[in-house]
Amino acid sequence: MDKILLIIKREYLTRVRNKTFLLTTFLLPIVILLFIFGTAFLAASTPEKLKKIAVINDPGMFKSNLKNDAGHLNFDFTTTLDSVGFKNSGYDALLDLNNDSISKNFTILSKEELDIKTKEMIEARLDMAFENNLLEKKGIHKEILDSIINQSTGSFTINNRRVSDRGSSEQVNASLNYGIGFSSGFLIYITMIIFGAMVMRGVMEEKTNRIAEVIISSVKPFQLMMGKIIGIASVGLTQFLLWIILIVILLPVLSSFLPHALMQNAIEASQNIHSGPGNSALMKALELKQMADSVNWLRIICYFLFYFLGGYFFYASLFAAVGSVSNEDSQGAQSLMLPIMMPIIFSFIILSSNLTTPNSKIMVWASIIPFTSPVVMMGRIASGTPWEQLVASMFFLIAGFVFTTWIAGKIYRIGILMYGKRFSWKEMLKWAFHKS
Amino acid sequence: MNILELHNLKKYFTTQKAVDDISFNIERGNIFGLLGPNGAGKTTLLRMITGILYQDSGELIFNGKKYDPVSDTIRIGYMPEERGLYKKMKIGEQALYLAQLKGMNKEDAIKKIKDWFIKLEMQSWWNKKVEDLSKGMSQKLQFVITVLHEPELIILDEPFSGLDPVNANLIKDEIFDLSQKGSTIIFSTHRMEQVEEICDHIVLINKGKKILDGTVAQIKNEFKENIYQLGVAMLPEDLATNIFEVVKYLPGQLLIKLREGVHTNDVLEYFIKHNIMVNFFKEVLPSLNDIFIKKVEGTSIVRQFEKVY
Repeated sequence: MDKILLIIKREYLTRVRNKTFLLTTFLLPIVILLFIFGTAFLAASTPEKLKKIAVINDPGMFKSNLKNDAGHLNFDFTTTLDSVGFKNSGYDALLDLNNDSISKNFTILSKEELDIKTKEMIEARLDMAFENNLLEKKGIHKEILDSIINQSTGSFTINNRRVSDRGSSEQVNASLNYGIGFSSGFLIYITMIIFGAMVMRGVMEEKTNRIAEVIISSVKPFQLMMGKIIGIASVGLTQFLLWIILIVILLPVLSSFLPHALMQNAIEASQNIHSGPGNSALMKALELKQMADSVNWLRIICYFLFYFLGGYFFYASLFAAVGSVSNEDSQGAQSLMLPIMMPIIFSFIILSSNLTTPNSKIMVWASIIPFTSPVVMMGRIASGTPWEQLVASMFFLIAGFVFTTWIAGKIYRIGILMYGKRFSWKEMLKWAFHKS
Repeated sequence: MNILELHNLKKYFTTQKAVDDISFNIERGNIFGLLGPNGAGKTTLLRMITGILYQDSGELIFNGKKYDPVSDTIRIGYMPEERGLYKKMKIGEQALYLAQLKGMNKEDAIKKIKDWFIKLEMQSWWNKKVEDLSKGMSQKLQFVITVLHEPELIILDEPFSGLDPVNANLIKDEIFDLSQKGSTIIFSTHRMEQVEEICDHIVLINKGKKILDGTVAQIKNEFKENIYQLGVAMLPEDLATNIFEVVKYLPGQLLIKLREGVHTNDVLEYFIKHNIMVNFFKEVLPSLNDIFIKKVEGTSIVRQFEKVY
């Protein structure tokens, strides 16, 4: 047992003291955050050019109803321009309304191609003009209409409470559950892919350094394999932890550098939220906080840890088995990795396409089968899962990783001593089930 | 007492019978040579002794008890033919790690590593990475790592390959030294001249089977062809005799082969009678190299793959 600890220690220290590790751990979050803020900043602070649009041949109703879009569009109704002359008069575009009050399709001539946003803004302004016109004809005052809309939009909310068989109820929030489910499923998915590759490369280390025999003459192959898997897991966890700490420290620091209004703009620009009249960002934040408090975080984190570790060990041993059989030729190694990555990717696909129906049949099955359960079950946890399904899922995951570790051990002990040969799946299966 | 006994060991792979019923004993304190052509089964045999592979049938007795890989590998040091070390790891650290895997405690290991480094003039290497070393240097390092935990049984697979004469000599001296101190050493090699120099007892295997087993002297005697070397002042012109025939004429010497039943004194008598001055007279035993070739030739030297099951 202490031999495994020795191996874990060595694997951990050699990786953590590596310059590359330190670089990626500390630089990556900084780079990513800078990137996000940088682009948002750039997008928000680029002064937008005001577009001047000349409008001719107005059938009559547009002149009073087509309003400028402050800062973006300026409409100028004129009669003296034609399709060539508008450029010389300093206009960016010419809108010809053809004296047509029925058609909804018009042509706009422009100096340069109009970007999509501008085009949509023009269309939106035309819609508004038409609406205004109709309102007027029906004798409805715009201000009254706006006030009605204001009062009725976004003023009602409902709280969902789920009732258990015993009669107690708890607060439920479907969109939050969706968010939690998705992000934890995503995290587990990404982790297994990245660390799977790391385990595989780690396992090949003894082969590429040709030191396998020396080590195996001192420890059992199984001990070496487990030492590597656990050692690499600890490196990964350490890196995650450091990233979280870094982000928690950096986020407020970075945001304090940007003026608040710009921040607002930046966030909106990157998310395309149009703050509706009734919802200020502050209210939204409060809402989020309420939702956050309603969730039992401890429970979710515990389950997350279980599925994170379970999924990791389940797949890490498979990657170890495959790595032990690969040579330095990375082509072979990659192609062996693929069949193992497929179920992982598949489980993420199932998660993202069915997350809105967390209790559908496909989700239930996928959350119990150990190949897909780590990713999929996290998607269901927040929305409440019947305890029998939870227990079954956890049981199968544990049984699953015990099984894969056992099989991997058998393949590993043979594969790691062989040099130069490429192995077929058939041979590997043979070793896996051969009595030692 | 025998430190190691092999009884009817067998290891079959799907394409060949790597080890096919091999038995021999190794006495404690011996320097033992394991010889054989490529593909003979030497490495497989050694891997079974070091617990890396398990035999299909047969018994291994270590120190009088059934061999238990978990507890016995601590008492064995193994230097495989694939000279491997973690390239990116620092030397001192690596030696320490490997020593601890063999069950040594940390302080003990560090002290012993330092002692060995001084002995083999490697002090300045402690913080260097393995990839910075030349081949000869890394082999010296490998040797140190193998014997660091003072194993009772030391197994060296081709220890001199790639070493220059100076370093080869250094290692040879260390091997003798270790043997004096009571360690048993198994040596696997092709190089017969080294075997003659160093080994007490040898075993020759081919195609998974044992062909020769005995001390160097015994084997040479077994294969002797009654050839003697005579130093003569003047080469005689006519040597018509039926007690021996001349195999070769060399400047100042004759190589003669004695007939069946002829005594050495008969030869001397002949030369004295004929008034030929004899400067020296000694038996020429066949070299192990010749014996090796003789024993292994005739059957195909290169191993073919055969269907076993």
